[in-house]
This record gives sequence, structure tokens and C-alpha cells, in this order.
Amino acid sequence: MIAIGTLLHVKQLSRSGLELTISLFIPIVQATLAVYLFRSGGESHRLLDAAVGAGMMGVWSSVLFGSGGAIQSQRWQGTLEMIMLAPRRPVLVLLPITLATALTGTYALLATLLWGRLLYGIRLDFVHPAAFVAAAPVVILSLGMFGLLLAATFVLLRNANALANTLEYPVWLVSGILVPITVLPTWTTPLAAALPTTWAARALREATAGGPVWPSVGICAGISLICLALGAFALTHVERRARAAATLALA
Amino acid sequence: MGDAIEAARLRRTYRSRTGFIRRRTTEIEAVRGVDLTVARGELFGLLGPNGAGKTTTIKLLNTLLIPTSGTARICGFDVERETREVRRRIGYVFGGDRGLYDRLSGLDNLRYFAELYGVPPRDQKRRIAELLDLVKLAGRERERVEGYSRGMRQRLHIARGLLHSPEVLFLDEPSIGVDPVAARELRRTVADLAATGTTVLLTTHYMAEADELCDRIAVIADGRIQALGTPAELRTHADGRRVVEIEAYGVPDDTVAGLQRLSGVREAAVEARGALQILTVQSDAGVDVQGEVLHALGGVRLGRVSTREPTLEDAYVAIVSGS
Ligand SMILES: Nc1ncnc2c1ncn2[C@@H]1O[C@H](COP(=O)(O)OP(=O)(O)OP(=O)(O)O)[C@@H](O)[C@H]1O
Ligand SMILES: [Mg+2]
Repeated sequence: MIAIGTLLHVKQLSRSGLELTISLFIPIVQATLAVYLFRSGGESHRLLDAAVGAGMMGVWSSVLFGSGGAIQSQRWQGTLEMIMLAPRRPVLVLLPITLATALTGTYALLATLLWGRLLYGIRLDFVHPAAFVAAAPVVILSLGMFGLLLAATFVLLRNANALANTLEYPVWLVSGILVPITVLPTWTTPLAAALPTTWAARALREATAGGPVWPSVGICAGISLICLALGAFALTHVERRARAAATLALA
Repeated sequence: MGDAIEAARLRRTYRSRTGFIRRRTTEIEAVRGVDLTVARGELFGLLGPNGAGKTTTIKLLNTLLIPTSGTARICGFDVERETREVRRRIGYVFGGDRGLYDRLSGLDNLRYFAELYGVPPRDQKRRIAELLDLVKLAGRERERVEGYSRGMRQRLHIARGLLHSPEVLFLDEPSIGVDPVAARELRRTVADLAATGTTVLLTTHYMAEADELCDRIAVIADGRIQALGTPAELRTHADGRRVVEIEAYGVPDDTVAGLQRLSGVREAAVEARGALQILTVQSDAGVDVQGEVLHALGGVRLGRVSTREPTLEDAYVAIVSGS
């Protein structure tokens, strides 16, 4: 059921003309950004590293706006009520949506790498290519589960978009997707350690530039499973609150 | 076996906050104490003016909203506490073109909801094909829903509501935007479902539809049930009345208000049909108000004038405006 749900939501998400255009161009911008930020460094690994980081930003944006936006747009479409009406645990209903957003986000990762290669000639010389290929799906699914926890808040809030907007950049920064965590103020460290995005970025960076990939992947998956459990628990309550507060529908 | 739907003293208040800096909470009492019992296999109609609380009542019964107070049971299961048991047994179809995944095909929509609503995988194909036939969408199911006409979406919606063969079906204005031929087929489908044991709770603004279909009807206004009975029983609310129907062009509002004050006149209402207006004047049967009405309409261009016996619609108007 989760597989079919995810597949159909990917279909629904990937067929929006506007979103397609945006997701075609954003990776170019991101690849460009990555290249100009790091060209001064000169090392080719740093460059690829940056491109991967930029791609991860894309995945995160997709999850964030996906889980926020997908729930909001389902509220507009009137499908939120119809899916919540299913005789299922709410977590099973919403997980496919957040997984779908993470999967469409993968495209951003691939596209950024591709544009980086085509436009700027970044060489795709991963230190652990096999590990990269294996780790990418894991971290992407993990982000999907993290999205579920976010989705719980979005079901309750009528204007979920506002929250999604404010979360985009801070999380990029804090999780060290673009800049190394070491340059950030120390108070962000515990925060970063708790975010699966941090470990996801780290795992991919290690696969790209060398380092122990698997611990990071493991921690990322672990945190995400906790998110999944929390999200499932939260959603049960949220669903009740939403029925009491009438926030499943627009009017 | 108990009743399909039991509701006791159902109430629902909406709280909405307005204002950003100075927060004010406004409360709307949408449903104010509804008692209902619908037997298994019964086709029950809920009529009422816009904003009467019909949709809210349905959402209280189908678990989308939690009652502010009061209780409701579907097939014996409490809507607030035994939510999943209730959801397994109900179908919900609302009017309008929302509630579907536009960028997916009709078939994908049905597949997704079949999966969600727990139709066993081995039955899905057959069930979906059956329903596509029933709602006459067979052959178009691979097209995306965004390309569907309004009536096609509505029919897809109905097919979706029937996927898991619900015991109790909630239909909230299912015939909106459906053409007359399709609407007749829809009525037949609904009647067939009821005949084979499905309980149906239907809201509609089409009196003829309610009259033809429903075993019993409740008229709801201001969140309360104002009248409840079989269509024949409801019609007695207009007993002892006579109806004058006048075709007119451009009747001023104050003239209508003036008609209402004529002695012997019980109700007067206008309904627009394109450029033409239909003026309906209900009066006590013993009084002939036609002359006076025509006099009051002096200067207005008139068409056909006729007198008839009251219909369910007249009874409805009498109940609602008397509330
Ligand atoms: N989500 C909501 N928040 C606040 N008020 C609401 C909400 N939904 C409905 N209402 C109010 O509750 C009242 C009853 O609405 P409801 O939708 O139940 O009417 P209805 O009988 O279905 O009307 P219609 O014939 O137009 O469909 C109305 O005054 C409406 O404004
Ligand atoms: Mg309504």
C-alpha cells in the first residue's frame, strides 16, 4: 500500500508544469552557486562536494515544501479529507506523500550533478562511488521520514506554507549542507547533531571526498526512524485535533 | 441489528480566529442539537437552505469532525471513539469538482483509493472495472482527471465512494453539475443501492430528486431539524394552501416584499430562470389572492399565470420560512 501510494504521489507531484520548470532550473542555479563559491578553492573534490551539497539542498527543499506544500495543496484540492477518511493509521496515509517528495527531490540531486558536469565540467570522481549509490537512497528515504514529522505539524496548521518558508535556509545552514559545521557558532552543534539532514549531508560528503560513510548513514537512518515513530505518534493526536478544530478542509 | 445511523443531541460549534494583532474568536453554532435515526437500507434525505448545517451534520457522522457535544453511532460504532470501525463501513461523496488528484488518471485515482480504503488487491481490478461501467467512465479512465468535465469528475467521485462497498453512504449534493440524463442514472444507482441494503444519507437542493428518492426527509434550518417525515407527510405542511405561479420580467425586490404583506398571502418568492423570473405566491386555499397580486404587480411585464396544488418544494418553503 505504501509503495503504490508513493508511486502515485510521485506521479501527481512530477506532473505539475510549473514545478517541473522550477525543478529544471533550480539545479542549474545551485550548480552555478556551488561552482562560484568554491572555484577559488581550486580543488576538484571541493567542487564536486559542493555540487553534492547543493543537490542535497534540493532534496531538503523538496521534502520541506513537499510535506508542507503537498498537505496544503491537498487541503485545497479537497483530497486531504478523503485520504484521512481512510480506515488506516494516519501515518500510513501520509508517509507515501513525504516519501514521494523525497524521491522527487532526488531528481534535484542528480540534476545538479549533471548540470555541474555539463556546464562546468566538474569531474564526477567519487572516492566511494558504490557507497554513494548505496547511501543516497537511504538518506533520501530518511529525509522523507523526517518530512513526516514535519507533516504532522502541517496537518494542524492551516497556513503550513509560512512555516515551511522559514525552515528552509536555517536547516541548510545548521546541517552544514553548504558550509562546514565547524564555521558555525557552537550552540548550533547539538541542533545539527539532532537533524537527520546533517548526517545525510555528511554521509554523502564522505562518499564523495572520502571518509567513513556507513556510521553517518546509520545515524541518519536511526534518527529518521525515531522521527518516524514520533511522527506516527504525533499524527494520531494531530488527526484528532484537526477533526476537533476543523482544519482538514478549507471551509 | 441496530440502526445504521443514530445521532443524539448532536452539536457542533466552529471557532474561528480573526484579526492578527487583536485576536478575536468568533463562534458559529452550525449544528444545534440534531436527533436522527436512520434504519438500515433506508434512503434518508437532508434538505435545508445554504448554511443550514447539512454538510456539518454529515461530517459529524462520517468522522471528519468531532462533535462539540452529543453522540452519534454508525452501525453501532461511536463516531468519536471507534473511528476506524466507522470508516470501514462508510462512503462519502461530496458535490463539486474537488477531492480528486487532478494530475492522475481516473484509473490511478481509483487504484489509490482502493488501496487506501482496504479493497483486497485481488478484487481491485474487477471492482474498479465494475464501477467505471456503472458511472459510464469506461474507456476514459486512462485520461488525466484535469481533462475531465465537471460531471465526469462527479461521477468518478461517486465511483470512488463505492469502491469498498460501504454499508452507509453519505452523499452531499452528489448531483451538482451532472447533466439531466446522468442525474437520472445517478438517481437510479442510488435507488438500486438502497434497494440492495445500503443505507444512504443524501443532501440535495433539488426537491424533485428528494421527493423521488427518499423514504424519509428531514428539513434542517439554523442547525436544527424543523420537520421530519416521509415526503407525503412533509407535503401536509403546505396543506390548505394554494400556489399562484407567475412568469415575470424584472420584478423589483420591494414589490415582492409588498406581496408578502397582502392579506391571505403566506409566502412570496422569486426565482430567476435566465431573463425570466418565476414568482411563486402561496396563499390560504380559501382566499383568492390572484387579483390583488396582479394588481400589486401593475407595470411589471408578465407572462403565463397559473394556479396549482402545493408540491414538496412549496412545503419546504413553508417549513423553512416558518422556522
Ligand atoms: N470550517 C468552518 N469554519 C467556520 N465556520 C464554518 C465552517 N464550515 C461551515 N461553517 C459554518 O457553519 C454553518 C453551516 O455550514 P454547512 O456547510 O454545514 O451548511 P450547509 O447546510 O451544508 O450549506 P450548503 O447548502 O450551502 O452546502 C455556516 O454558517 C457556515 O458558515
Ligand atoms: Mg453543504
